[in-house]
Parts: sequence; C-alpha cells; structure tokens
Amino acid sequence: MKKRFAIALVVCILMAGCTDTKSRSTGVYMLLDTSGTYAVELKKAQLILNYLLGVLAPGDTLAVARIDTGSFSEKDIIAKVTFDNRPSVANNQKRAFMQQLESFVTTVKGSPYTDISGGILQAIEYLNEAESGKKYILIFSDLKEELAKGYKRDIPFQLPDYNVIALNVTKLRGDNMDPKEYLARVEDWRSKVENGGGEWGMINDMERLENIFAN
Amino acid sequence: MTFANMLNITSSPALSILIWIVLFLLALYFARRPFHQAIMSFSKIIRNALRLTAAAVLSAEQRLVLRNREVLMAAGLENAERKVEREFDRIAAAVTRDLDGYPNVHRQLSEVIIKLDEDYTTSADVPPSLPNWMPIIESIAKIEHSGDSMVANMLAEINRSLTEQNKKAIDDYRNSTAARHGILNKMMPFWRKVQKSLERISGSIDNIKKRAKTVDRTINEYEKIHAGSDEAARALSTSALTQFAIAGLVLLIAIGGALINFNLIALPMSEMVGGASYIGPFKTSDVAGLVIILVELTMGLFLMESLRITRLFPIIGAMDDKMRHRMIIVTFTLLAILAGVESALAFMRDRIAHDMEVLRQTLAGAEQMGLPPSIIPTVGQMVLGFILPFALAFVAIPLEMFVASARTVLGAGAAWLLRLMAFLLRLLGNIGFYLGRFIVNVYDLAIFPAIWLEGIIMATRGKNVDLPAAGDPEESQPVEEAVDSYEETIQIKEQQE
Repeated sequence: MKKRFAIALVVCILMAGCTDTKSRSTGVYMLLDTSGTYAVELKKAQLILNYLLGVLAPGDTLAVARIDTGSFSEKDIIAKVTFDNRPSVANNQKRAFMQQLESFVTTVKGSPYTDISGGILQAIEYLNEAESGKKYILIFSDLKEELAKGYKRDIPFQLPDYNVIALNVTKLRGDNMDPKEYLARVEDWRSKVENGGGEWGMINDMERLENIFAN
Repeated sequence: MTFANMLNITSSPALSILIWIVLFLLALYFARRPFHQAIMSFSKIIRNALRLTAAAVLSAEQRLVLRNREVLMAAGLENAERKVEREFDRIAAAVTRDLDGYPNVHRQLSEVIIKLDEDYTTSADVPPSLPNWMPIIESIAKIEHSGDSMVANMLAEINRSLTEQNKKAIDDYRNSTAARHGILNKMMPFWRKVQKSLERISGSIDNIKKRAKTVDRTINEYEKIHAGSDEAARALSTSALTQFAIAGLVLLIAIGGALINFNLIALPMSEMVGGASYIGPFKTSDVAGLVIILVELTMGLFLMESLRITRLFPIIGAMDDKMRHRMIIVTFTLLAILAGVESALAFMRDRIAHDMEVLRQTLAGAEQMGLPPSIIPTVGQMVLGFILPFALAFVAIPLEMFVASARTVLGAGAAWLLRLMAFLLRLLGNIGFYLGRFIVNVYDLAIFPAIWLEGIIMATRGKNVDLPAAGDPEESQPVEEAVDSYEETIQIKEQQE
C-alpha cells in the first residue's frame, strides 16, 4: 500500500514538475500615440484592442499605455491585465478592460511631445516582469519622435525575444512631399529594434491584424 | 603517355592505332580465362549468398506460418470452448428454471390425480336401475274385473301406486345421472391443468434437446480444430480476417465518438483546471479531458469483463460470482457518475461558448441578436455527454475482437512479406548470376578476332575449339542454372538445418 502511494506521489510530482503556467503565455504591451497630430487616430486603436481582446487567451497579459511627453513612467499605463486561467473570469476581465479603454479614448487630451523610446523602455520593463513566453510591443504611432528639452533617450534597447510591431504608421505632410523622410523614419526604428535583438514588423492595413501574431 | 604520343609510335597514325588494337586484344585474350573465373566466381558468390538468405527468410516464414496456425487454432479452441460453456450455462439455466420447480409440479400433478381419482370413484356410483315397472303396470291395467267395485278400486290403487313408484324411480335415476355429469364436469379443469403441466415439461425437454444439439455441433467443431484440420484452419482464418475488418471499422467509429466526447469536455475542463497551464506540450485541460475519457473506457472494459462478455483480463473473469457482482456494481456506478459529470461539463461548455460569442460580438461592435438562446442545443449536448460514456463502454467488445484477430491477420501479413522478401532475394541472386554471364559474353564479343584466330589455328592443328569458357560444367548448362526454384531453396535450407 505504501509502495503504491509512493508511486502515485512520484507521478503527481512529475506531473506538477511538467506543469508550465508562464512560458507559453503571450504578453502584449500597446503604446498609443496621443500627440496632437495623431490623437484623432485613437478610434482605430480601439479596434485593434478589441481584436487583441478577442484573440488573447486565459493566462495572457495585456497592457495599454499612452505616449506623451515623458512615457517612461507607470503613470502612463492606461489599463493592464493578466487574464485569469478560467475562461469565464477572463471574459469578464476583457469586458472591464474594454470599458476602461472606451472611457480613455473619449477623455484623452493631446500631448505636445512624443516620447516613443520612453514608452518602449517602459514596455520592456513591464513585459519582463510579467514573464510572458511571447512578448509583443505594439506601437500605434506615426513613429515621429519629438522629445521635450532635457529628456535623453539615447539608450540602446534590450529586445531579445521581443516582437515590435508598428501599427497605422501614417504619412505626415512632409512625408508626402519627400517619401525618403518616411522611409528613413521607419528604417531608423527598424534598426533600433533589430540592433536590440528584437523582431521588427509593420502593419498599416487594419484588415490584416492577424499578422500581428503571425510569428 | 598521352594519346598523341600513342599515335606516334609509327609514322602512320592508322598503323599505330592498329598496333595498339592488336596489343590490346592480345592482352584481353590472355586475361580471358582469369577474367571469366573472377566474374563467374563473383556472380556465384552473389547468387549463393542471396539464395542462402532467401532460404533463411523462408525458414523464418515457415516458422511464422506454424506459429500463426497454432495461434489460430488456440483462438478457435478458446472460442469453441466459450460457445460450449455458454450453451451449458443456458442448459443449466433452463434446468434450474424448469426442473427446479419439478417437485412442485409433481406434487400438483399427484394432488390433481388424487382428486381425479376420487371424482372418478364418486362418479362410478351406478344409479339405481329402473325396475321394469311398465309391463307390470300395463298388465295390471289390462286385468278385467267383473264390475266389483272393490276389486276395481284395488286394481286402480295398485296401478296408481305402481305409476307413482315408476315416476319416482325415473326421477331418482335422472338425478343420479345429473350428479355424475356434474362430477365429470368438475374434472375438466383438472384434466386441463394436468395437460398444461405436461406440455410445459415437454417444452422444457425440447429446449434442452435443442441446446444439446448445439453443444454437439460445437463439440464437433472443437474436435475438428483440436485435430488441426486444414478445413478448420481455413474457416478460422477467414473468420479472423472478417472479424479484423469489422472490429477495425467499429473501433474507428468509436474513435470518432471519443473525439466528439473530447470536444464536449475539453473547453469546460479549462474552467476547472485552468486554461493556461501545460503538461509538456499539451494543455492541462485537454489532458484532463482525455484522462476522463480514458477512465470511462477503462470502466467500460472492466464492466464488460465483470459481465463476462469479454475476456481481456482473465483475473476478473476468474473472480467468484459475489466479487464479480460487486465489481459490476462499482464499475457501473463509476460510469454513471462520470456520465453525469460529462453531462454537467457539456452544460458548462454551452454556457462558456455562449458567453464567448456574446463577448466576441461586443468586441466586434455588432448588435446583440434579438432571439433568446434556445435550450435545445444545451439539452442535446447534455444528453450526448451522458450517453457517450455508456456507448464507449461497449468498445471493449470490438477491441477484444480486434486484438484477437489482429494476431492472426498481422501474422499472415508478416508471412506474406517474408515470402515476398525471399522471392526478391532469389530474383536478385539470379539477376546477379546472369549479369556475370552477360559480362563474360560481352568480353568474348569484344575479343572475337582473337577467339576467331584461335579457332582457325586449332582447326589447322586438328584440335577442337574451346568455344565457350571451357571446362566449366556450370557454364555448359545455362538453362539448368537458370532454374532457381522454391524446392531448391528449401533443399538448401534443409541442408542448413
């Protein structure tokens, strides 16, 4: 009897040892550009977030933060959640998250500067703490960084195992006159991400959001 | 030495080429016999090695065929034993049912017979016979009297008395006869009772006779199998193949059922064990769902074993009846509980799926549909969740059939493959041998001028020309060598043994 119990115990321990709750989860950190020229695009961001809420599964992590003058701050996180393991509870969390975002979009005020790098640094910090298996940073912005005087962001990113995806990168007036500016801007961010060890991607067509998790 | 230098050994390149050709042919001519021997030896090595391998393979095939036959016969014997056992069980049940009550029937019959006997005795009382009054009355009535009133009165009185007595006697007779008829009437139900009892006993005996015939037939089959007759082997082999196909088909259907069952419970299991944990590469909820289905299947197997429908676990079949009945109750109860759990999970699944759909619609910005959700799919899923575990319990029957017949079918398949392999090995051996011969012939063809010259020289000296590769008896009988028959291979095999 004792022998059987011991075998059962060993099996249980082995099964518990095999259990992995974190490494397969997905962590998504979305940065929303709220600078004056881009704030009008936030309705589209809401669509993207609804898509993400539909796709993410129990155990996954989702956070949304704004990009403003100084984005390297927890205060800029608008909403964050790690979905419960039970689907029914996770569904309720998604509903609550959706409402939080809705109220943000309706009350958001434009910021004079755009600190994208600070936002990315904050995202790295948050997702590292969340210990997600797959990490995604989504940047909903025109990628035009404008730092306020005194802000320094010349820190190289540490992005191994990260997928950084720029969404809805709109063309500015100057880009239309000289597309090189747009291409240079995108290329600059791509090289920053890839130099940090991350994967770079860009999705401008909102009908192809499934490509976010294609990798 | 370059090709140009080779052409410059004489002033004329053509002559140089001719010299080289002659030298080359001479070299080939002198190397002819060793070359022939080398090629033929090599081809024989290939042929013999492959033939030996083929013989070994055939030997293995024979052993496998024998083993298959043993397995087939053993399975046939077991099946026949099971049939006989079943028939004996039925006979025992019939005897217990019908003849256990025989003392009671016997007592009833005795009582009825006693009653009938009593009735018969009673009805045997003969009614008083009718006195022969009528002629006396008539003769008295005819007596003439002389008008004496006293005589006349006396005669009249005698006539009246006699008439009254006659009437009374007739009445008594009729009453007695009616009483006898009444007794006989009462006997009828008893007769019928006796008849029914006898018919029942007769039916039971007929049933036992039929069973006995079936037992006889099965025993005959058993004897044939036991004797190891080819007829029995063929019948059993065909039967095994059919059983394999049917059991395989039913198992495929069962797998389909198990998959549906799995889909019913996998999602709600994530509500119980969490949807984000993994065991190895698999979701814990999926593994939990699978485990529940496997436990149900195991319970079904044990239930069928306890009922002695299958015999996959002899230890269960060998248990005493009391323990077996307990096991039946336990396994059936567990199966019913699991079916209930599945039904509840199916209900939960419907709720979760509905909730997810509503959320998806909300996220998509679609308006909620006005129609209230129907309960029919929910009830349907719950019923399905309850029934499927019981349906899966019956998988034990085709599984046993599949396992039993698979041994025969796979054995036959393996034997066929071994035969094919032996054939291919023999074929390759022959191809190797004749390839060697072909190379030798091509060689001779290349140096035919030298051989032709040899023939002329030998003819002038009056010697026979050694046209083919001389002195090799095997080469002089190419057709015989070509025959690499099955019997030959068997002979080699016997030599090996």
